[in-house]
Parts: sequence; structure tokens; C-alpha cells
Amino acid sequence: MAERRTRDVKPFLGKWALVAVPYLWSLLFFLAPFLIIFKISLSETAIAMPPYTPVIAGVSDLWTKLSDFTFDNYVFLTEDPLYYSAYLSSLRIALVSTVLLLIVGYPIAYGMARAPKSLRNALVMAVILPFWTSFLIRVYAWIGILKPEGLLTIALQGLGILGPNEQVHIYNTEIAVFIGIVYSYLPFMVLPLYAALEKLDATLLEAAADLGCPPTKSFWVITFPLSLPGVIAGCFLCFIPIVGEFVIPDLLGGSETLMIGKTLWAEFFNNRDWPVSSAVAVVLLIILVVPIVIFQNQQKKA
Amino acid sequence: MIEAVGPIKRKFAPWDDPALKPFIRFENVTKRFGDFTAVDNLTLDIYEREFFALLGPSGCGKTTLMRMLAGFEQPTEGRILLDGKDLSGIPPYKRPANMMFQSYALFPHMTVEGNIAFGLKQEGMDATSIATRVAEMLELVKLEKFAKRKPHQLSGGQRQRVALARSLAKRPKVLLLDEPLGALDKKLREETQFELMDIQMELGMTFLIVTHDQEEAMTVSDRIAVMNHGVIAQIGTASEIYEQPASRYVADFVGDINLIDGKVTAVADGVATLRCDGVDATIVAEAGPGGIAVGAEASFAIRPEKVQIAMEPPPAGTPNVLAGEVWDIGYLGDISVYRVRLAGGSIVKATVANLTRIVERPITWEDKVFLTWPVDAGVILVK
Repeated sequence: MAERRTRDVKPFLGKWALVAVPYLWSLLFFLAPFLIIFKISLSETAIAMPPYTPVIAGVSDLWTKLSDFTFDNYVFLTEDPLYYSAYLSSLRIALVSTVLLLIVGYPIAYGMARAPKSLRNALVMAVILPFWTSFLIRVYAWIGILKPEGLLTIALQGLGILGPNEQVHIYNTEIAVFIGIVYSYLPFMVLPLYAALEKLDATLLEAAADLGCPPTKSFWVITFPLSLPGVIAGCFLCFIPIVGEFVIPDLLGGSETLMIGKTLWAEFFNNRDWPVSSAVAVVLLIILVVPIVIFQNQQKKA
Repeated sequence: MIEAVGPIKRKFAPWDDPALKPFIRFENVTKRFGDFTAVDNLTLDIYEREFFALLGPSGCGKTTLMRMLAGFEQPTEGRILLDGKDLSGIPPYKRPANMMFQSYALFPHMTVEGNIAFGLKQEGMDATSIATRVAEMLELVKLEKFAKRKPHQLSGGQRQRVALARSLAKRPKVLLLDEPLGALDKKLREETQFELMDIQMELGMTFLIVTHDQEEAMTVSDRIAVMNHGVIAQIGTASEIYEQPASRYVADFVGDINLIDGKVTAVADGVATLRCDGVDATIVAEAGPGGIAVGAEASFAIRPEKVQIAMEPPPAGTPNVLAGEVWDIGYLGDISVYRVRLAGGSIVKATVANLTRIVERPITWEDKVFLTWPVDAGVILVK
């Protein structure tokens, strides 16, 4: 009897251990740091190490000090136009980039899905291949291409499109940021689109043609609506991280480009204002919760 | 009281009328996929209002032939005419033929109504006419209650009906049916076969059906083309193909058949004599097409239901007699199948209709029996 009981208990525990691992992981590496950030955002700036006054020193004075929590940092964010214009600018850049990614990514994914079966895996590989090099190096490479005396200028001069003394002035502009973002995030758009388009039954298009629908129209009434789950997945997978993007605007956008990731970095490292930058981070997360929740719901439906 | 009999249905046989022009004409059509020849120099005429079946095993080219008519494949050689008009170069969306797909190919993001209306919308029909036609179609396939459902909320049989309604909605000149009933269970399939025939008669369209199910082809169609390796083995009505098969292949593919090999020893007035050493018998039967000559290797073909089985030896002088022993009995309810083992070891099947309600049949296992049949019951075919 006893032996049997242990045998019953073991798989039960094992199951829970399995489920617990991802939750523990999230707790340890997401929720705990977030709570720390949140706590810092409620404290006051100080010239010290670390550069803020901890509101709570220990568990013992938790209750007495609770009233000392301050939302001043959040109020400050609403007072300085720098912050909300940075948020709006980030959202705008993310939105435009996502649309550009969809326009560039859809034909690629469509071509891959229509390619002969034997070629498809190689094409998927080609999309993933850039991940084998460091993201940072790939963005740096764009500096070499886009800077005024860079490869693009040389190529256009060579083709005679630009005069010998003319230069391309894209580097350190928003255009460079869009190029960098579209280049870097393309796989995140192409792969979900490809997954959706590859599943599409080709006989549906034959049926549409058979019923009198020419191919260009059947794309809009059959192919595109049926690929919508892929479009939604791709757009959210790009939009959400682009809003908080830091490296690309920092390297390619120069001082002209205002994005919240850069503002956050400047606040943290240049101003050493940890409480305000923590508040910036918390607000960014709250802004992103909305699209993340929409995305999660869409994924559940699909 | 017996009801008065209505007007007798006139025999429908436009193919026998030399004055009539065919509605669909495949003219020396060849289709090659790389090295593989799917359809080989095939010529075929189909007449208006005909229910025509293409029957054959998978890979015989029947689906390719239909897809060429729909416009999804282009013939490598030859041409296809519809109502006298050459179809080559006309894309599928401009052809007056609609197809019901084997997989149904219903648009998953549209409702039943939306699916049926799809073709009408492409024509630019106005909304009220579309609504009327859709309602008509839903009534025809008895799906009025399911108009707002999506395909995944329907059963297999219902989806099949939506596919049929969608392909009929535009009132095409020709309806192409690619294995339309393959996914249905036997009972539903039989019902639907008769419904298809009714719909075809009601709407007066030309139907072309592709199937590998010979029973289905025989039930629904006016004429059948039996195909093999890209060529037509025989064209004819169901009874012509069943009773007068033109070749061993057709005889074997359509229905159940006994084939006994032998050598022709005499031919006179369309009747041939076949010496069958394998079963130690001489068979006298009708000579099939293709020039039966003395000395030729040939096969005697006879349907099991035309073989009579008896315990008593037949009177002397009876032309075709085979003696054997009952090896197996299959009781199917309406008929019983007797597998009789001959002296040489080969098996001949005979079926007997069970006309009386008895449990113990008189002929049983290991009984010595005699198989006989009249001279015109079977046919001798060249190999």
C-alpha cells in the first residue's frame, strides 16, 4: 500500500515542478526586477551611491514609511514636454516602422510560401541567417553604409546618380532609424506571415478563380483575409519591442531622433536620475500592456 | 388501384444523333508533366444536358482532363472546345464552367451564404438578385437553417452540399464534379447520387463527373468513359460497359467478373469456341470486339450473376459446363456468392439471388456442383 501511495504522489509533484519552472523564472527575472524599479520610481533623487533615497530601509519600518512614497516622479513626467513627446515620437516611429515592415515583409513571405517546396526551408534559413551575427555589429554596419562618405554615397557616385562632390545625408536622421529598424525586425514580420501563408490551401484560390475571381482580386478577398492572424502576430511582434528600441535610434538616429529608450538611457546614465528614469520605464510598460494584452487575446483565438 | 402511368421517359441519347454537335469536345488532347504523359492524344465528345462520367483508377488522367476543361492546366497538344468555342488561352475565371472540388475548397472565413454568393458577386449581380439566388440554392440543397454558419461549424455532408450549391449558383453551362461524394459515408453517398441526378434534370445542365467509384458512375451518368493510362478504354452507357466490355481491362475494372484464359479454336457468326486447358473445358460464347481469330490467345469473361449453379448434372449436350466444388460461400443478404473451385484449382464466382426466406441454403460447403451458362451470357475478349 505504502509503495503505491508514493508512486501516486511522485508524478503529481513532477507535474507541478514542470509548471513551476517558467513561473519561477518570470518571478525571478521579470517580476522581482520590476518591483525594484517600481520601488525606485517612488523614491527621491539623491546624490549618493546608489543615487536615490530608499524609502524603506527594512521590514520593520515598512508601515511607518509607507506614507513617504511619492508620486512626484510621475507628476514630473507630465510636466516636462520632453517625456510625452518622447513617448509619442516612439509610438509614431514604431507605428510607421511596423507599416513599412508589413509592406516589405508581406511580399517576401508570400514569395517564400509560393516557392517550390524543396526551396522553402532554404529560404526560411536565409531569413534567420542574419541572427548568427551580432545585432550590434549589423547595426554598426549600417553606419558604414549610410554615413555621408559611406558605401551608399560611393555606389551612387559610381552609378553617376550623384555628382562627385554630392553626398547622401541619411545618417543621423529618422530615415536611417527606419532603415535600421526595418532591416533588424524583418524576420519577426516575415516568419509569422510565412507561417500563415504557407498553411493557405491553394485550391481555395483555384475555387475563387473558378467562380470568376481574377487573381489580383482573389488576393484581397481570399489570401489576405486568411493571412490576418499572421499579419497581427507579425505587427505586434515588431511594434511592441520597437516602441522601447534604444540601440538603433542611438546609433543611427543621432540627436535628431527622439525615442523613449534613448530618453530613459540619458536619464539613467547622463542625469543619474534613477527615480525619474524608473518612472519612465514603468510608464512605458503600462503603455505597452495594452497592445500586449490584445496580442495575447489574438493568439489565443488563433 | 394502380395509378395511371405518366408519359414514358424518352430515351436520352444525343450521341447517337449524327446531326447534333457536341457541347464539349476534347480534340487530340495530350498533357505531359515532364516525362509523364497524363493524357495521351485523347478525343472525346460530350453532349448538352448529358451527365457524363470519367471513370478510372487514380493516375489514369481523368482529373487532369477535368482540370484542363476548368482551365487550371493547359493541354500540351490539342484543343478543347466548349459550345464550338476554342477554350485555349481563356483563364479559369472567364470560363463558363464551374467546379465542385474534391476537398470542397469552401472559403473558411465566409459564411455558407457568403460562399454561395461569392461567384455571383464576381459577376456584378445586384444585391437583391444575389439574395434571391442564394435563398434558392439553399433551398435546393436543404440548408436554409445553416445560412449564417461558417464551414467549420458544418458536418461533412453539409459542407458537400454547400460546395454543390456554390458551384451551381452561377448556373454554369457545365458543372464539373471532382470525386464529389468521396468523403461521404455509403448511405449518404447513395442518397446524394440520386439527388445529383434530380438536380441535373431540374436545371438542365451538362454535368461532368470524375470518379473512381464504378457504382457511382453507373448510378448517376448517361454515359461513362473508362480511362486507363491517359487514354479512353471504352465509352458507353452503364449497361453497355457492363454487359459488353470492349477489353479485358474494362471487364475487370467495372464490376465483378470471372476471367478464364484459353485459345480460340473456331469462330463462326460472331460466336467463338475457346479451348481452356487450364480448367479442361471448351467454352462457346459471343466473340467480343477487336477481331477474334482462330489460334489467338483470349479470355472468356462472364459476370458472376450470369453463372447458374446446380447440384444435378445438366442434360447431355449443354454447351458450357464446368464441374467443381463449393469452396467458399459469402452470404450478403440479398444475394449469396459461391466461390467454386474447378478441377484445375482456379476459382469461378457465381451469385444467386436469395428469393426465399430460408436460413439453410441447399448448396453448402464441399458440395459437388455444376456451373452452366447460355452461349450469350459471356464474351470472349482478346488479350
